Amino acid sequence: MNAEELKDRLCAQYPDLCESLSIESGRATLVVAAQDLHACAADLKDMGFDFLEMLTALDWGDEFELVYLLRSHEMAVSMFAKCRVLRDAPRVASLVDVWPAANWHEREVFDLFGISFDGHPDLRRLLLPEDWSGHPLRKDYEDERIVRRPDYI
Amino acid sequence: MAIIDDLGASLEKLPGGGVALTTLDGFMGWSRSMSEWTYPLGTACCAMEYIASSFSRFDFDRHGSIPRSDPRHCDVMVVAGTITRKMAPVLKRLYEQMPDPKWVIAMGNCTVSGGIFYYDSYSVVRGIDEIVPVDIYLAGCPPRPEAFQDAVLQLRAKIKAHSIAPSNERPVRSTLPNADTPRKGEGIAEGGERS
Repeated sequence: MNAEELKDRLCAQYPDLCESLSIESGRATLVVAAQDLHACAADLKDMGFDFLEMLTALDWGDEFELVYLLRSHEMAVSMFAKCRVLRDAPRVASLVDVWPAANWHEREVFDLFGISFDGHPDLRRLLLPEDWSGHPLRKDYEDERIVRRPDYI
Repeated sequence: MAIIDDLGASLEKLPGGGVALTTLDGFMGWSRSMSEWTYPLGTACCAMEYIASSFSRFDFDRHGSIPRSDPRHCDVMVVAGTITRKMAPVLKRLYEQMPDPKWVIAMGNCTVSGGIFYYDSYSVVRGIDEIVPVDIYLAGCPPRPEAFQDAVLQLRAKIKAHSIAPSNERPVRSTLPNADTPRKGEGIAEGGERS
């Protein structure tokens, strides 16, 4: 299966997502709704995306965007799966049962962004000390210990 | 070192004890300064320079400084690398495990002041002197091995000048600032400009 066949198959499976799907130079981007994330991830794994390379998040103000970078070793195709969640209710399904590599990635995102992953076996902070309060990569994070860079530098 | 310290205190009170004290000071300073066993706490890129300076090309074994990776065997701690708030309790604990007398070299800008992480960082300690007393501040990002050797030699001068008598601290003959030198924020004049 090559990238075009992959696109056909994805379009057949997700007709309403077909517009948002773009496959260029062996790299695809798929935008998923938060409630479909787990089912979609299981489908993608069936299609051959056997490796979760990376998981990170972005803070867009009123919502967070989760970015999953998937890799298929068989097709030599990478795919970004993006998923937005509201800032007020940052909850999304855990993908640990699909790709076990998601375990520490989700802990890191939970640690730094405060996004909860439902069904994660061990959702604790990964990098920061356990008694830390707040999630520092949020744009509105405040900490009195931070020294802000003055304007004249 | 409780016996030596008690000896210093009692010699000071004896008539004519000063002569013996000076001789003993000279001996203790010489012996302590000639065999620093350094404990490398390498957490970042400064550790590479530390390693480079301890291996054959720069070879600081010839100064009598031997790296040893156990704080209980060492008297000089070289903090080479960024110390984060998560690492800070570990640094303090390792420092407390070292036997007295002990000294600390803050190697690199991150350990001196936080370095490039001074501003806008939520996780980096701005200077390890928030946690442990520092004897030698070695600037550089990272410092060259020659600079590190100079720091060891400056520390050696400082150790040599140390007296075991409680009331007889000789002035430290080092060109580097002391641990008790006012530093943070003192040099910043009104209006935010650095002096």
